[in-house]
Amino acid sequence: MTTTDATGVAAAATHEAVRSPLREFWRKFRRNRTAMAAGFCLLALVLAAAAAPWIAPFDPAAFDYDRILEGPSAGHWAGTDAYGRDILSRILWGARISLSVGLLSVLLGGGAGVALGLIAGFRGGWIDSLIMRVCDVLLAFPGILLAIGIVAVLGPGVENVIYGVAIFSVPVFARLVRGSTLSLKRAVYVDAARAIGVRDRLLMVRHILPGTLPSVIVYVSMRIGTSILTAASLSFIGLGAQPPSPEWGAMLADGRSYIGVASHVTFYPGLAIFLTVLAFNLLGDGLRDALDPKLR
Amino acid sequence: MRGAAAAAKAVDAAPALLSVEGLSVAFDGEHGPVRVVDDVSFTVAPGETVAIVGESGSGKSVTSLSLMRLVDYAGGRIVGGRIRFKGRDGRERDLATPPAESLTDMRGNDIAMVFQEPMTSLNPVFTIGDQIAEAVMLHQGLDRKAARDEALRMLEKVRIPEPARLLDRHPHQLSGGMRQRVMIAMALSCRPSLLIADEPTTALDVTIQAQILRLIRLLQDEMGMGVIFITHDMGVVAEVADRVVVMWRGRKVEEGTVERIFQAPQHPYTKALLSAVPKLGALRGQDLPVRFPLLVVDDAKAEAAPPAPPPVQDTVRAADAPLLEVRDLTTRFDVRKGIFGSLKARVHAVEKVSFAVRPGETLALVGESGCGKSTTGRTIMGLQSATSGTIRFDGVDTATLDSNGQAKLKEKIQYIFQDPFASLNPRMTVGFSVAEPMLVHDYVPTSKPGLSRRRAVEERVAELLTQVGLKPEHARRYPHEFSGGQRQRICIARALACDPKLIIADEAVAALDVSIQAQIVNLLMELQAKRGLSYLFISHDMAVVERVSHRVAVMYLGQIVELGPRRAVFENPQHPYTRRLMAAVPIADPSRRTRDLRLLTGEIPSPIRSIGDEPAVQPLVPVGEDHFVARHAVGGDF
Repeated sequence: MTTTDATGVAAAATHEAVRSPLREFWRKFRRNRTAMAAGFCLLALVLAAAAAPWIAPFDPAAFDYDRILEGPSAGHWAGTDAYGRDILSRILWGARISLSVGLLSVLLGGGAGVALGLIAGFRGGWIDSLIMRVCDVLLAFPGILLAIGIVAVLGPGVENVIYGVAIFSVPVFARLVRGSTLSLKRAVYVDAARAIGVRDRLLMVRHILPGTLPSVIVYVSMRIGTSILTAASLSFIGLGAQPPSPEWGAMLADGRSYIGVASHVTFYPGLAIFLTVLAFNLLGDGLRDALDPKLR
Repeated sequence: MRGAAAAAKAVDAAPALLSVEGLSVAFDGEHGPVRVVDDVSFTVAPGETVAIVGESGSGKSVTSLSLMRLVDYAGGRIVGGRIRFKGRDGRERDLATPPAESLTDMRGNDIAMVFQEPMTSLNPVFTIGDQIAEAVMLHQGLDRKAARDEALRMLEKVRIPEPARLLDRHPHQLSGGMRQRVMIAMALSCRPSLLIADEPTTALDVTIQAQILRLIRLLQDEMGMGVIFITHDMGVVAEVADRVVVMWRGRKVEEGTVERIFQAPQHPYTKALLSAVPKLGALRGQDLPVRFPLLVVDDAKAEAAPPAPPPVQDTVRAADAPLLEVRDLTTRFDVRKGIFGSLKARVHAVEKVSFAVRPGETLALVGESGCGKSTTGRTIMGLQSATSGTIRFDGVDTATLDSNGQAKLKEKIQYIFQDPFASLNPRMTVGFSVAEPMLVHDYVPTSKPGLSRRRAVEERVAELLTQVGLKPEHARRYPHEFSGGQRQRICIARALACDPKLIIADEAVAALDVSIQAQIVNLLMELQAKRGLSYLFISHDMAVVERVSHRVAVMYLGQIVELGPRRAVFENPQHPYTRRLMAAVPIADPSRRTRDLRLLTGEIPSPIRSIGDEPAVQPLVPVGEDHFVARHAVGGDF
């Protein structure tokens, strides 16, 4: 009967590849076709945005008064806007702005939120109360209103939109991470690490933080979609990217006046926002299915 | 107690209540269907108790679930064989073929089941009375009033004190033993002809376990039902079974009367299993602990020769100063309630506990859940702060140490937890987990000169893994790739990394299968002989404690009630609670069913006391050489 213990599993274990958490994740994620497709779309979008100077057929800011508000054609796949600028080129250049705003704001807000949540959950006591009450206050505002308020104070512009959207991401991440920290803090392996003399700071970073990352990663991907949407909304109402910047929300605002005569001017930027946000959400769903231990 | 003759008569006289023929059950695995139960046959007669024994993964639980076709809801399916069951109406039917849904009327009516975990099997939002009444109404068609009266009768039947008051309580207000009684009351409320009990006492303390086992037997005699008892505990088998079916890797390897199985096992697996079962009283007349004389079975082919008698564990360096000295240690937890968190009560987890551990010695702390044995260990380790008292390690009061000294202490004292899977970080490789103590303490392993620190640590990890019976290449793997026993080996390797002097083993073998448990116990004892380690062995299992320990401290309600050399405590227990504890341990020997069960009544009281209500602590007085007892009425009358 020793076979079941010492030799059985061990023999199997030596011949198979090491099943690291990353490998396990990839094995599960690969099977989710929708999420894989969303991932590929986003990858293509990122590459297209990076390669915009080379692949965009026109200069996104070049006026062409001979081709104002033209519908899609062989020359201009997505048509032209009120100044005769090529909409496809503007969308490609705009992807740079939208993606970086989404990514940067979430990384900033997520980073701060994770750190605060970790400290609040691990330390507890008055630090926890302080951090979480501030988060409650921030969460009490509707997200977009908070971002509008922050941008109104800081002044319009893409950079301030990033700060605004980042700040409204902080409490969400802080809450998420505090929750999982509270449960991980009671894990036996955390006690075991403490018993071998691991100090608090290392305990947080090495044993608790990695445990919260799966849910953080899922949330980051979902949150990027939301942030892109919020940034576009801010630009739409004139608080974000300023004309002639080809930001997607600003493009929607530009095309608003012509929606009756040339709907393509608003349709294509709108489609870009819609598809990007959808792709991030689908990717997030797939990540959650592959990372969430409860669904295993 | 009924003997083999009575059992044999029962089998001859009555036609089988249940007969299972060639049952095979498959589950869908990642690489196609996996047969978890393969060609298993047995019968159960009315009034008979059949025990199905085996270790985890042997298919015993799946077999029991198949009988009620609950396996269909767990993702398995019956791929062969017949389950013939004679219902109350006298009609015989095959339960293996019809759709699982069509058997709903039979479940809980003709056949009832009791599960291991009594808390999760009861619905927390309904009162006990409502839950039993619901079962009665469902199956017997009584109205609410009559069902409630019947519920009361059932609670009386399972010997619950003050049953009328209990009807209006919720499950969380009951102790584990009481909950299991309620589950049994529910299962029996429809007077089933067959009761399937799947590890019904595994989650309970020994004294409570003994009460439940006795209860099941009494009720079986009263109601004449057949009982299938699923368990991994050979002591329980010897206690309750008429016949035994031994399962191994999904197959039935042996079947026979309980006396035959225990006295003349045929199959190598059964022999090996029995060699690993700790039997209380096995070391009677021995002063020192002895390792398990383990038989090893290799794929049921080679018949292993009985091993040489293992050496006695003569490792105590009694002349040296004690390694660990605990004096008047008290740990209490505040219970705060209400929105302002005002102090309402205190949990008196540990009360004025004093003991010493000598170099090379194993001191066992035994007791039932809530007696404070784990809290004592955690307080010594510094995972919990003490309310008062002193802990001296190597002659130094640990309270006087600065943070560096505290860190150093955690190098020399190591802790092994009950659950080896939970105590390893699932995101770290095994190699990292084993190396971590060395990295934390900047411990440089002594090895060949000229090696970089990194290489030296790597070599040390390989060496440690080899020492605990694993392979060096296992270092690259993750905890989920190992079995329970292997994981506990990894935890031991980790504990050994910095050459500790004392290891606190907190129920370190409680979660393991018996054969693995015996191997780990032997490994711990071997390491003690090689390295002169001291152990504080925290356990509830008297039979394992008898194997490993040099001295024993019995804890009850936070206090040590008896402390002495193992032989003195086991052969001449002085405190009534120690006697009670011993009487409760099921002995893996069917010829010794004559335990004094009168000792076993009552619940374990709660250690929560209101403010100002300090428990009385009596001093330990000597009653023999090195043998002390606290003479007061805690846990029994003097």
